[in-house]
Amino acid sequence: MKARVTVTLKNGVLDPQGKAIVGALGSLGFEGVGSVRQGKVFDVELDTSDKAKAEANLKAMCEKLLANTVIEDYAVELI
Amino acid sequence: MKSAVVLLPGLNRDRDMIAALTKISGVAPHTVWQTDTEIPDVDLIVIPGGFSYGDYLRCGAIAARMPVMEAIREKANKGVMVMGVCNGFQILVEAGLLPGALMRNASLKFVCRQVKLEVTNANTPFTRGYSHGQIIQCPVAHHDGNYFADAETLARIEGDGQVVFRYAEGTNPNGSMNDIAGIINKNGNVLGLMPHPENLIEAAHGGTDGRALFTGVLGIAA
Repeated sequence: MKARVTVTLKNGVLDPQGKAIVGALGSLGFEGVGSVRQGKVFDVELDTSDKAKAEANLKAMCEKLLANTVIEDYAVELI
Repeated sequence: MKSAVVLLPGLNRDRDMIAALTKISGVAPHTVWQTDTEIPDVDLIVIPGGFSYGDYLRCGAIAARMPVMEAIREKANKGVMVMGVCNGFQILVEAGLLPGALMRNASLKFVCRQVKLEVTNANTPFTRGYSHGQIIQCPVAHHDGNYFADAETLARIEGDGQVVFRYAEGTNPNGSMNDIAGIINKNGNVLGLMPHPENLIEAAHGGTDGRALFTGVLGIAA
């Protein structure tokens, strides 16, 4: 089973990299970009076909390692 | 006072830290490898700076999940003093031994320079060699030293005197909230700081302002 985990900064956490990307997009002529928040994507392969088990496992992985829940939110999607 | 220095792949300030502890205490510290599950009977455990695991995922994230960290957590819970410098600070926050997080510098640039620090709490085992409000020099060298904590946590650590070092006189190099450069845990035995006091302990370094941190924590007359 394959899954995609997306980790993004929580609302209210400053994202200097996102701000720099907004600046770079502006200098390339892309107008009207209000803001960019950057994050991480993890494509994970699991050797199980049990969806509930996979989701629980992925959530635990996020809590323990993939995300720093002090500053980041995560979303798990089975694909 | 006996000390131990934690070794992890990718750290590069371990030798400086070992040299500082040896010169100041007269005794070489024990070294502890990342897979060790037991730490010798010491009074101080130091996690030095560097780039453990290449800063992959997040600075300190992978190191914070190595077996040695559980042993450090147990020692810290028993009151043993633990100090993390630079990457060591990042590892301590990732391990949850200190509150908050250390994010990418606001400038997005690696900073390597001398800054000024204000000692904002001299009533800790680590800072007792300084006086309250004292301004000291200290070098920094990091890419991710921008301290962040949610409003509630920030108010709590400020209220409890857990902020022990602050960047002073406009020298905040990274955008850190409230100019925070170093914090201590609630029990007062775990310290994390981004600057490198081990690199300012003898005249050849261009100053000795870092020395009092070691003499203080090691209980050695300055």
